[in-house]
Amino acid sequence: MSVTILFLGPLADLAGEKEREVDAPLDWAGLIDAVGAEVAEQLELERVNVACKGRVLADKRALMAEDGDEVALLPPVSGG
Amino acid sequence: MGEALAAFNAAHGEAGGVVSFLGKVRPDGNVRALELTHYEPLTLPGMEDLAKTAASRFGLDGALVWHRIGVMMPGEAIVLVATAARHRRDAFEAADYLMDHLKSAAWLWKRERRDDGWHWIEPRGQDHEDLARWQ
Repeated sequence: MSVTILFLGPLADLAGEKEREVDAPLDWAGLIDAVGAEVAEQLELERVNVACKGRVLADKRALMAEDGDEVALLPPVSGG
Repeated sequence: MGEALAAFNAAHGEAGGVVSFLGKVRPDGNVRALELTHYEPLTLPGMEDLAKTAASRFGLDGALVWHRIGVMMPGEAIVLVATAARHRRDAFEAADYLMDHLKSAAWLWKRERRDDGWHWIEPRGQDHEDLARWQ
């Protein structure tokens, strides 16, 4: 009964790991509690997005991840 | 790369022009390497949507959008974009559009290794202005 949290880009440095397993279910409050203070601070910023099951959430605070779901934390992007 | 462009050209025999852009790791400063990471469930579908949007917006015959991930050295290719259209202006503009979106609106994260270690790169103000031109 777990949810996998993925830390993308610079968030992996803040988290100290690329992914973390936490107990399911996982809502926004649970996510904030699970990721540590530094990542939580970033998550509160509008420029950081959250995806669940491969879809970006329009309202990340409405997160409701269930057993087996993958939750990706997406900081500002830079490609090319 | 040459083969990809040749195949792309061959696939669009009706086009009046093909424009291509190759982005490389800039060989200057003290950048030793560049690393691109992605999130597969979002990155590829996002690039496919981007190509479709560009094709529709500029009336393209076709678009080729490639982006590498992993570690790249100065002088190496990072990204290849090609567009085929009836008229050259649409092909040029579509390639520009695709690159502006890949730089700051695709699900990719970039960091560079300098003498003192790895540094994450955030989009510059200029990148956001480039993107805003199309809105």
